[in-house]
Amino acid sequence: MMRTDGLGRRASRMVAIGSVYALAAGFAACGGDDAGAGGGGGDDAVMLGLITKTETNPFFVKMKEGANAKADALGVELQSFAGKKDGDNESQVAAVESLISAGAKGFMITPSDSEAIVPALDKARQAGLLVIALDTQTEPPDAADATFATDNFAAGEAIGKWAAGKFEGKDARIAMLDLNADGVSVDVQRDQGFLTGFGVDVGDDTKIGDEEDPRIVGHDVTDGAEEGGRTAMENLLQRDPSLNLVYTINEPAAAGAYEALKAAGKEKDVTIVSVDGGCPGVKNVKSGVIGATSQQYPLKMAEMGVEAISEFARSDAKPEPTAGKDFVDTGVTLITDEPVDGVESEDTAFGLENCWG
Amino acid sequence: MSRLFRRLVPAPQGAERGATVVGPERPAGVSTRIHDLLHANATLGPLFVLVLAVVIFSVTADRFLEPGNLSLIVQQVMVVGTLGIAQTLIILTAGIDLSVGAIMVLSSIVMAKLSADQGVPGLLALMIGFGVGTACGLVNGLLVTRLRLPPFIVTLGTLNVFFALNLYYSKSETVRGADMSELLLWTGNTVDVGDTRITYGSLLMLALFLVVAYALKQTAWGRHVYASGDDQEAARLAGVRTDRVLLSVYVVAGLICAVAAWMLIGRIASASPQAGGTANLDSITAVVIGGTSLFGGRGLVVGTLFGALIVGVLRNGLTLSGVDVLWQDFAVGVLIVAAVAIDQWIRRVKA
Amino acid sequence: MTTTEVPPILEARGLVKRYGHVTALAGTDFDLRPGEILAVIGDNGAGKSSLIKCLSGAVVPDEGEILLDGEPVDMRSPLDARAVGIETVYQTLAVSPSLDVADNLFLGREPRAPGVVGTVFRKLDRAKMRQEATRHMSELGILTIQDITQQVESLSGGQRQGVAVARAAAFGSRVIILDEPTAALGVKESAHVLELILRVRDKGLPVILISHNMPQVFEVADRIHIQRLGKRIAVVTPKTHTMNEVVAIMTGATAPGAVAHEQPAIPAGREERK
Repeated sequence: MMRTDGLGRRASRMVAIGSVYALAAGFAACGGDDAGAGGGGGDDAVMLGLITKTETNPFFVKMKEGANAKADALGVELQSFAGKKDGDNESQVAAVESLISAGAKGFMITPSDSEAIVPALDKARQAGLLVIALDTQTEPPDAADATFATDNFAAGEAIGKWAAGKFEGKDARIAMLDLNADGVSVDVQRDQGFLTGFGVDVGDDTKIGDEEDPRIVGHDVTDGAEEGGRTAMENLLQRDPSLNLVYTINEPAAAGAYEALKAAGKEKDVTIVSVDGGCPGVKNVKSGVIGATSQQYPLKMAEMGVEAISEFARSDAKPEPTAGKDFVDTGVTLITDEPVDGVESEDTAFGLENCWG
Repeated sequence: MSRLFRRLVPAPQGAERGATVVGPERPAGVSTRIHDLLHANATLGPLFVLVLAVVIFSVTADRFLEPGNLSLIVQQVMVVGTLGIAQTLIILTAGIDLSVGAIMVLSSIVMAKLSADQGVPGLLALMIGFGVGTACGLVNGLLVTRLRLPPFIVTLGTLNVFFALNLYYSKSETVRGADMSELLLWTGNTVDVGDTRITYGSLLMLALFLVVAYALKQTAWGRHVYASGDDQEAARLAGVRTDRVLLSVYVVAGLICAVAAWMLIGRIASASPQAGGTANLDSITAVVIGGTSLFGGRGLVVGTLFGALIVGVLRNGLTLSGVDVLWQDFAVGVLIVAAVAIDQWIRRVKA
Repeated sequence: MTTTEVPPILEARGLVKRYGHVTALAGTDFDLRPGEILAVIGDNGAGKSSLIKCLSGAVVPDEGEILLDGEPVDMRSPLDARAVGIETVYQTLAVSPSLDVADNLFLGREPRAPGVVGTVFRKLDRAKMRQEATRHMSELGILTIQDITQQVESLSGGQRQGVAVARAAAFGSRVIILDEPTAALGVKESAHVLELILRVRDKGLPVILISHNMPQVFEVADRIHIQRLGKRIAVVTPKTHTMNEVVAIMTGATAPGAVAHEQPAIPAGREERK
């Protein structure tokens, strides 16, 4: 039980005053040390940050590895943060604030919510930090100093064109396995890119599902994972067992879709295309599960980001976007062992050398 | 039931322990008759909803009623259904387990990696995976019974711990089916039934339902589970070793989660550390829609099977009917609220 | 004064129980004779509930001893008390509302089906449970429960009491303790429960009845143990004292005086039954 008699109050006040003195003394001591501590010549080691959407997705795990490796090579310090799950904006905002107060020179971020993160990014840029978006643009794109990303539309287009070549002269019945109902840019861009590349009139290319082409059997969502891929494929297959071409948002969804096709005995009759270029996915291209995949380069994004921030710390120079785009395109490569005329691609050997995850 | 939960969902009116409502005799109206019928057997409600859903979708969606599609639905709910069995046991004791999904994924990663990376023989890897699930259940049970912490809080904590262990051990990497022993993938293999196919995993799930239903109805342990959930103090005073019963429930649930892990591997032909993200909530959904009361002591495990099937039918039927994905979530949400509301209504006892 | 010295079946000597600074029992004595209904009454704070908790094994006394049939017993939990045959029916009844009457009766002591089904598959002998439950219920005259397979929660308060008492009486018990059995019941149901208590006594089971209800105590009790200030200050009978006198002793208005410790002989016709 708390005793609130006079003795107690006096004692606690003394403790409070004492601790303030201790803190002040501590600060004074720190201040005195400043000149001596740290690297030579008054500028501390460069510190920069990496904020990913989650810690669990192999895409971000590889990004972090790449960033760490580059940071070690350049002799700069990297602090990493992540949200708890896709869409967790609050954790990312908190991470930005920590980096500002820790004196980072800049940071890379894969925004979970492209719009909601902007105020935090503005604060960072006002404090003089270089802000680089990775993999996903901010909304508006110029809220970041630069964006290093895959052109997801181009990624979709590549597999769309490949599929068009494969299905030349044949009737295509297309199933679309998307991410989820949220309509995030990566989902929309890959979906619409694929359809455009294939030759379907997409109507509004910022919306999924508004197409009227009768070749499309239907859309379903997968959450970008095997289970969802399997269930979605099963349901669409049930709707139209004659489907023969499947677009998938990423390779885990493709793997799940393949299982559904195998269970129905249709794995030989249906072609699956995907995006990502992760190592398990490329192995699946090699083994024939996936027909073709667009490989993207998360490590490259992270490495370029680290380089850019180090350069900025040294010379205040900011990175320039790729010509004709408002971001730096880190490139996609179509990986397939069945090349199609007129569509550039590399084989799975190349894919395995450059894969991630 | 944890005090936290009680504050969120107030106990039903008039169903205080021992209270009797003596009123003038009312002629048995339709609503009263339905009430009494449902009170006697809470699973009739979900069964009715299931049948209704099947009927509706057979009209609105072509190819819904094909045997191939119906067996497909059973396969689609096989993992959640199994997790639902574990969750039912725990909810019957007036507890709740938020970590079932995490236990499942951890077990799946362990058995898969042992087989794929270390070449451990399939059966041994499977057994070790089961052991991991059981151990996780034991941890939950000990925290609940020895430290007397509310199950909601305990499993909220262990959920994060098991998930972290999963990520650490797997390094976020998926283990491919091609690299593991055939035995681990057995649950995904199909067997012909009539002119359609069904997976061994679905049959295993149905068998598990039968076993657990039998145990709950026909053994002393089952009676004690109900007693411990309905009124733990009363059961203890009556001589039931409630702590032992509770502990056993968590341990058995952990084992069942590991069996669900085996089914998950069969279904997606791989072991993914990111899998089962919504499994926790899906299992609770199946239990609640199936008529088991969150306050403990009431409900049948077969109700959970109906609950899982209802969700499966809904998702499959709506997709086949071309309805937007948004509405699937909406429909499930409405079902949950309706199920809990009906449960509240049923629990009101009229003497 | 001739008294037939009947050795008590349950006895306590010099029980002391302290909770921190508070002394609940300050050297209480207690005795229960075979085949009698002993009412235990006392004002709040008299130590009544602590005494009962010691006798039922819910609490371990700091000093003193408890003897069953003249032999000291050491009870560390309600299960220990049960093991020596002291059954308690708590105020909260300890019945499981969602289980049926038969399940409740056998809760914790369920019989298994014979043969392999019972040992390997641990199946309960439902038929036997139902049979036995019906037998016990009718023996005790709880005839109003039509269906043994009814869920207990659909029974009235008095009927639930019946189930709880039947459970206590059914399994080879030596002593039954009833804690405020009619506290939550109406007049008619209380009357049924009192009849039930008499029938239990007539079966040969001695009953310790804790109650605040003087008229009911006077209706059924053979002797009345009056607890005050942590001690037994008097044991009287309804025959030798009036209600007012008893209440006065209980509240301390009257000193027990010479009327204390008079143990009347057990009237002829009620032999001690084992």
